[in-house]
Amino acid sequence: MRTLTTEQTTHPVLIFWIIAGWVGFFLLPWYGVEEFFSFEWLIDGYPFDEDYAPAAFLIGQGQKLWLAPIFAGLVLPLFALGRRKSDPVYARMLILAGAVGFGWLILQGFAIGIRGWNFDWARALFGDLGDRQYGMGYGALICASAFLFLFTQGIAARGAINGDVFVVSAIGGVIVIVTAFVFFPIAKMLTAAFITEDGGYSAGVFASKFFDDRLWGLGCLSGGRCGVAWNSLFLAVLVGLITTVLGLIFALVVTRSGFRYKRALRALTVLPIITPPFVIGLALILLFGLSGSVTVFISDVFGVQPTRWLYGLPGVLIAQTLAFTPIAFLVLIGVVEGVSPSMEEAAQTLRASKWQVFKTVSLPLMRPGLANAFLLGFIESMADFGNPLVLGGNFDVLSTEIFFAIVGAQYDQGKAAVLAMVLLCFTLGAFYAQRFWLGKKSYTTVSGKGDSGVHPHMPRALSLPVLALALIWAGFTMVVYAMIFYGSVVELWGVNNTLTFKHYVTAFSFRFEDSGIRWSGAAWDSFWTTLKIAAIAAPLTAIVGLITAYLLTRQTFAGKNAFEFGTMLSFAIPGTVIGVSYVLAFNVPPVEITGTGIILVVSFIFRNMPVGVRAGIASMSQLDKSLDESSLTLGANSWQTFRRIILPLLRPAILAALVYSFVRAMTAISAVIFLVSAEYDMATSYIIGRVENNDYGLAIAYSTTLIFVMLSVVALMQFVVGRTEIGRRMTQSRSSV
Amino acid sequence: MSINSKAAPVSFRNVTKVYGKDVVAVDDINLEIEAGKLVTLLGPSGCGKTTTLRMIAGLEMATHGSIHIGDRDVTLLPATDRDVSMVFQSYALFPHMSVMENVSYGLGFSGYDKEETRARAQQGLDLVGLKGYGDRLPSELSGGQQQRVAVARALVLEPQVLLFDEPLSNLDAKLRRQVREEIRDIQQNLGLTVVYVTHDQEEALAVSDEIVVMRNAGIAQIGSPRELYDAPADRFVADFIGEANIIPCEILEVSEGTASIRIGDFAHSLPARGLGPGPAALAVRPTRLKLGARTGMPMTLAKATYVGSRMEYTLDAGFGEVFAVSEDVDTPLEAGAQITVGLDSIGPVLLPADQAP
Repeated sequence: MRTLTTEQTTHPVLIFWIIAGWVGFFLLPWYGVEEFFSFEWLIDGYPFDEDYAPAAFLIGQGQKLWLAPIFAGLVLPLFALGRRKSDPVYARMLILAGAVGFGWLILQGFAIGIRGWNFDWARALFGDLGDRQYGMGYGALICASAFLFLFTQGIAARGAINGDVFVVSAIGGVIVIVTAFVFFPIAKMLTAAFITEDGGYSAGVFASKFFDDRLWGLGCLSGGRCGVAWNSLFLAVLVGLITTVLGLIFALVVTRSGFRYKRALRALTVLPIITPPFVIGLALILLFGLSGSVTVFISDVFGVQPTRWLYGLPGVLIAQTLAFTPIAFLVLIGVVEGVSPSMEEAAQTLRASKWQVFKTVSLPLMRPGLANAFLLGFIESMADFGNPLVLGGNFDVLSTEIFFAIVGAQYDQGKAAVLAMVLLCFTLGAFYAQRFWLGKKSYTTVSGKGDSGVHPHMPRALSLPVLALALIWAGFTMVVYAMIFYGSVVELWGVNNTLTFKHYVTAFSFRFEDSGIRWSGAAWDSFWTTLKIAAIAAPLTAIVGLITAYLLTRQTFAGKNAFEFGTMLSFAIPGTVIGVSYVLAFNVPPVEITGTGIILVVSFIFRNMPVGVRAGIASMSQLDKSLDESSLTLGANSWQTFRRIILPLLRPAILAALVYSFVRAMTAISAVIFLVSAEYDMATSYIIGRVENNDYGLAIAYSTTLIFVMLSVVALMQFVVGRTEIGRRMTQSRSSV
Repeated sequence: MSINSKAAPVSFRNVTKVYGKDVVAVDDINLEIEAGKLVTLLGPSGCGKTTTLRMIAGLEMATHGSIHIGDRDVTLLPATDRDVSMVFQSYALFPHMSVMENVSYGLGFSGYDKEETRARAQQGLDLVGLKGYGDRLPSELSGGQQQRVAVARALVLEPQVLLFDEPLSNLDAKLRRQVREEIRDIQQNLGLTVVYVTHDQEEALAVSDEIVVMRNAGIAQIGSPRELYDAPADRFVADFIGEANIIPCEILEVSEGTASIRIGDFAHSLPARGLGPGPAALAVRPTRLKLGARTGMPMTLAKATYVGSRMEYTLDAGFGEVFAVSEDVDTPLEAGAQITVGLDSIGPVLLPADQAP
């Protein structure tokens, strides 16, 4: 009864993409319209108006004739229709069509821009074009996708990956979007570092910017100021170390101690994740700033003159430590729980004392987690933008320096590019160092078999200081959050401490009018934009991340290692660098999306994708491969297997990816600050703007609102996605003595 | 409507499977599996038996050679397109679907409407004795029941070939015997073509029409259980299927297919099996040694063990140790005794000498 896909002569997927290509070419506006989601063009001169015309109409009117060869790519696949997949003509036609169409589309896109030819040699060769083109729109986008997937179907028909169309298409799709939105902007940024003021290229320009004393100066050794690169590196190493140690402490308290309020502690550590990072900085100012409560209190009691000690390295360090310790905790809790209890029990039966077990077995097995936590803290600190801006004072770091190079009066793209390169080198260096340090040793300790052991408690000599530190940290965090909330209802901190809802009213007031609700508060615009962008980005991030994880764990194909490296690379790219490179790359055709909401969505997808990939890989590697295989032998194809077996079993991973990317999109600042526009302002950049105007009350009130919104969204998502009913037999009861 | 068989033969022609650059998992094998037969692939771990099975399923693709199922060349077809289903070692039941949904899963892709899918799945469950278990989750079943769900799920598709990958290895010893008999009954009643992988020689002898013994990525011998046990082709097969004593001997002469051999001073004659005069080896099952015979090889009894139903003896001979079994538990021999050990007239077989084990 099984129908053989290889012997069919009608191919629904092929027909779909051929039609899509034709629709893109003949029906949809070829070039980008102002608003991606507005359909005003339908009644505004379509289909003959030059701005809104589909490619076919443009050519018909004798314009943009360079688009004509694309039509060849649309005709070729028609010859594949009605043939069997095993027919060599089928594969050849599709590969040819895809390659010609996609290749030409890219070529003309880069060759011809808003000023005609983009390359001098092209102008010299063909003469002046006398015409121009803008960024790609619906039509071009759909045509490009059609060509890509025609191409992958051709490759599949030639027998790649057992002729599996879904897998080949997924690989092709991921490669193309990662190239377009990670590698292309980075490459563009690298070239920008060499551009001179008159538009030429010169290594001298790069050298002069790169060896600038402001970047590498060592003045601080002799009492002066150090270069920003050293500042960033020093800060990042410190933050990485401290957050790793604190994260480990928390993980140990939660898994290996008899502490009674573990759950509360756990909840507390998750709180900073839904907080925009610089909010911690604001709270610190309320506490320790010149007119902060603690400062005022101490100067009253001891008669000490208040100082500005907070502004600079100490303040940034404290703020980043508070903000990033939970991330280290989340990494380490998995690792600490993952150390197989039976290994520890085995060590105990071999006469090791608790302390020796911890030192010789538990700790070494946690090594990869520690390295990971350090790397995360390091990268987050490098990329952090809000805290140094709020608390940095004279302590300049790379991320703020990049911001002022591009936004400030100097507007020096080349300098920003050079600084971003230095930043990228640091993070990639750390990324490599981590891989090198871990080497190829396998630390997998959890096997599929039930492990009925119980984690031993920490030795007493360790547990007391660990618990003490954890409690101090917890107490401090609570104070900080209390300050945030309290600060939002105070008239003017340190000057006029009367309670008021004034700031909330300014930000979030609304009126009922005849025409409906009028959102008159100052914050509504950026608030709705943020919600919208985050809600669009979250599912897309989860989809891209999970498909990539599926390819990495479940499929083998040539170049898989390079593929994995490419997709994980954006994990080591700081948001600041993404921001700068996007500004440089997507300001001009063929992809012209600066100033739109799309660029924000895209930047979130590729900033947060590695986390989706990691969550996906982690949970997919727990699903036995025989599940897929049995589905395949039962006649499902790989897409049906993915949808009906893998996805349902991955609900927790999907939830994690959704929540994480949503929250990150709400709280991100480092990439966002470069990409926002007047029309698409995000909550975080709006708040930073308020802070710069010393409008702390409003900033803090807005931040508090964001925290509560995210709390409720996280709870809601938990409720909607629900829990997978796997009914796994409880082989063990993990008692927490 | 009932579950029928569309049993088809399987044929491997010069099939090779290479992993990566140079790891040869299966090396140039030829294999014909008749329709309606249960064929076991047997061998030590790493011999290529599971790879061979997965190549029938389409989960691995042959590097060279061709594979035919029925009259069709399936060498390049992926698993989805082959009319083959498989019972996995881990059962691979989908944990988020009920038993009924698991069994219906494949039917949904085979063009049956809802009603027929349900009816067929129900019938599959009846066949394996799980009537009324349709609404449970796999995690609510015992190991043996899960196993049967996996069998039902594969059966209802009426595949041309049904594959089993060590299906009994997760069951306890008692259940193992019962389930293997059930599998054999179903296979014979429906006339299915079954390919079965195991490393347990007793299991293979019990269920198979034909056994394919594999070694080092190649086929060592193919034959019925009886042929393999009574006439192993070489020392490896003799040793792997049951236990065998390998005794070095010398063929003096061969006339009309009967060889006269000598082991030390003991002379014996038995079928030559194509061997010529010269050194050879004699494979003797422990039960085929006659302890205390009138003529035979002189040996010293090193160890005697009473295991209830029989006596087990370890004997020292000039050429090495020999293992023998005796039904006579009432008058056991004492360790240290000097005895003469003879050979049964049928049972011992000649093998070529000096092979790598």
